[in-house]
Amino acid sequence: MPLFSIPDIKLCGMAAAVPEFEYNNNNYDWVPDSERKLLIKTIGVEKRRIAQKGTATSDLCFVAAEKLIEELHWDKNEIQALILVSQTFDYQIPSTAIIMQDRMGLPKSCIAFDINLGCSGFVYGLSVIGSIMKTAGIKKAILLTGDVSTLNASYQDKSVYPLFGDAGTATALELSPGAPSMHFHLNSDGSGHKAIYVQDGGMRNFVNPESLIQEKIAEGIIRSRIQISLNGYEVFQFSLREVAPNVNALMAYQNKTVDDFDFFIFHQANLLMNETIRKKIKIPSEKYPYSINKYGNTSSASVPLTIISELKEQVTKERKLLLVSGFGVGLSWGSAIIETDKIICPDIITYHG
Amino acid sequence: MKIEEEFEDMERGKLKPESNFRDFFEWNSINALIIIALVDTEYGVTINAEDIRTSKTVSDLFQTILNKQK
Repeated sequence: MPLFSIPDIKLCGMAAAVPEFEYNNNNYDWVPDSERKLLIKTIGVEKRRIAQKGTATSDLCFVAAEKLIEELHWDKNEIQALILVSQTFDYQIPSTAIIMQDRMGLPKSCIAFDINLGCSGFVYGLSVIGSIMKTAGIKKAILLTGDVSTLNASYQDKSVYPLFGDAGTATALELSPGAPSMHFHLNSDGSGHKAIYVQDGGMRNFVNPESLIQEKIAEGIIRSRIQISLNGYEVFQFSLREVAPNVNALMAYQNKTVDDFDFFIFHQANLLMNETIRKKIKIPSEKYPYSINKYGNTSSASVPLTIISELKEQVTKERKLLLVSGFGVGLSWGSAIIETDKIICPDIITYHG
Repeated sequence: MKIEEEFEDMERGKLKPESNFRDFFEWNSINALIIIALVDTEYGVTINAEDIRTSKTVSDLFQTILNKQK
């Protein structure tokens, strides 16, 4: 628990934007040749997009949202909720979503706030925005998800640097009586909060001159305290332990089995972990798309980005039953069942900035 | 032996229960994760970094797996 359903919310479309600059992990010379090859093969990330300094998550989400709204022919005055899920905001204060309300030209009657979540963020974000729409009778809403994780990853940290890519997405939702319910199963475990962690820069450890010192943590791992740290073993074990039971319980809650779903779109964490989870749930490969080889681990953007990148043909032309799942930083994990019916899905946008 | 299939560079048929698996492939954190994933898929148990650290031979590792299956 909690397992719950939200009725009457229709997913109308999704769009994604990625930075123009593509980094090829074959050029990552911080690790020796043999280890680099093994690394690329194991994590499954060959290429990924990297934001230039000064580019924020909100810039990527902005162009994605503008394109989506244009293709949907939505009147912006009808958009009454805007939520941004990210861990790389414009400023410490205030919420980036509020800045976006103005930048996007949305009305002042619009609810706007941020949610601080990563890998599980798309699933959580859907549940929050869907609940608010249903409760408040909001007809149209936009969920933004994404991160520019590469901007605070240390080049000299082999456990982090080759993994992450940057992306921003926008998902359009409409209150539509009779639309199939979305079903959710959400979980948290804060005992693992240091598994993926930025030590300094918050109120607990206020940023100080020492925060900027590059420290050697282990072989091949040098970073400062304001850069992301990632404990691969801990994240790996958590994911193998928790994701399959979470997904299986959600399917059981709706009396469904793997066969009932058209696709399983899982957070693109790393190939080895995703494959191990896939085998545990016994999902056939053809129902389990990957975009990680092209875009890396893009945090809360990974689920919509994978749908747009790999399933555009299918979701724009036919009705599809999808099971989506996100898991990681927090630790936080969740899955959702969503039925889509010919959604609007512009091609992935390249952000020139 | 599934371990041999996972590691391309290994000579087939050389890994024995009494083998110290660190002698057979370059030991690093990625290979440790590959072993954890393989054990999870094959035996349905999740071993941890400590289990690998305290195992020397293939049979040590297998004993750890058996203990976890109980």
